[in-house]
Amino acid sequence: MAKKPPMNGVKLPTNSAQGNGMQLKSVTKQFTDPAGRCIDVFNNLSIEFEPNQLHVVMGASGCGKSTLGYLLAGFTQPDSGEVSLNCVPVQGPGPDRLFVFQETALWPWMTVTENIIFGPQSRGEASVVELKSRAAQMLVKFGLADFSDNYPDQLSGGMKRRAEIAQALINRPKIMILDEPFRGLDVMTREILQEYYLALFEETRQTTIFITSELEEALFLADKIYFMGGSPTQIQAVIDIKLPRPRNFDVTLGQEYLAYKQKAMDLLFRDAREQPGKFKG
Amino acid sequence: MFVQEYIHSTHYWFSWVTSFQRVLYGFLFAQLLGIPLGLFFGYSEKFRHLFFPVFELLRPIPPLAWVPMSILFWPTNESSIIFITFIGAFFVIVINVYEGVRNIKREHLLLALSMGVPKRWIFLRIMLPSVIPSIAVGMTLGIAITWDVVIAAEMIASDSGLGRLTWEGYVSSTPEVLVIGMISIGLAGFISTKAVYKIEKHMMPWRKNLR
Repeated sequence: MAKKPPMNGVKLPTNSAQGNGMQLKSVTKQFTDPAGRCIDVFNNLSIEFEPNQLHVVMGASGCGKSTLGYLLAGFTQPDSGEVSLNCVPVQGPGPDRLFVFQETALWPWMTVTENIIFGPQSRGEASVVELKSRAAQMLVKFGLADFSDNYPDQLSGGMKRRAEIAQALINRPKIMILDEPFRGLDVMTREILQEYYLALFEETRQTTIFITSELEEALFLADKIYFMGGSPTQIQAVIDIKLPRPRNFDVTLGQEYLAYKQKAMDLLFRDAREQPGKFKG
Repeated sequence: MFVQEYIHSTHYWFSWVTSFQRVLYGFLFAQLLGIPLGLFFGYSEKFRHLFFPVFELLRPIPPLAWVPMSILFWPTNESSIIFITFIGAFFVIVINVYEGVRNIKREHLLLALSMGVPKRWIFLRIMLPSVIPSIAVGMTLGIAITWDVVIAAEMIASDSGLGRLTWEGYVSSTPEVLVIGMISIGLAGFISTKAVYKIEKHMMPWRKNLR
């Protein structure tokens, strides 16, 4: 049952006192396809993700959006070029850039609370008691207080996603990277979670890179939308979404929103029509 | 009545104890040696390249084919039988644990890495628990195989146990004993499987709908 989780006055732990941005400079990434050919995913790609903004990366499935996410998170290294956080090169995965996966990554053998405290606990940041109380507070905010001792398999899809966002945020990351986090959820849950995440973002203004293939989702959430496409994949266009904040779903009925949507659709379909053979769908 | 008398005889209950002991020892040794070996195969490529081919050559050999070798090699009759039951469960558990390691969900690992979890924690709290379901499968399959093997091994190479008892019923043309033997074996296997199932449930408290 999709129910809107309460946004109680519990303050989120945040690291956004100082703005954090990420940069890609001349990044090239190749991979070998099953036939053994070397394919360029990115060739000389440069992007600047400014601090305190919700950046949305959009593109068709298979264009390399997840690879971009992995590069930012440090799960994979570029073949050449540099990925950096505040102009300091990224060496590998770290708690300053946390990633929310498409498929739920919650550890099934731990309860929701244990999942959430695992990061800080393993780094020895605070006592388990202290961490459990912090987690309890977050769970109240995320509407999961009744499920603190349940295992992930006992939660619905939307609840798991909320738990994962809480699991990431308790580590106070500088950057949040989300890879199609609401994919596969039903429309109601999806919309509620979008509004919910937006409210979280607007509270903390934590630099977020949000990957999606849903245009409406992109338009609703973004400060900037980066359209990825082409072969090798590049940023083909960037749209600044200047819809006012705080936003709720009423904004999707306004003229401004529709104008942005029109512009975006033109961009997307133009690319598909001009190069039908190369369209990666 | 013959059946009632027989069931209350020491010979009969002693057969139960003997067979169960063999199953227990063989099964336990198989887990104690097999689980670490499976983990080694999963984690170390070097180790795998060195020893997996040998392992795979030995694995298809049916446990009973080991009987003559086992009798020659082991000092006592009992140890040679336990060795055969060990072989039965051993290969199953190693393969299942190995596959379990190979099939660890990538995201579980990546998430831990990005949280800055130290290596020891990753091994103990992420990788090992990931492998527990595979261990459970290996145990479930292993216990069934162990019973198959122990009964057959007793028929061929022992003078005690439920298998032997059943065989005796055949050679002495006492069909009652034969039937009692078979039913007993079925019951023993059933009890063992139930026990493993209980252990499984304890190992994996997070699994909903465990049958």
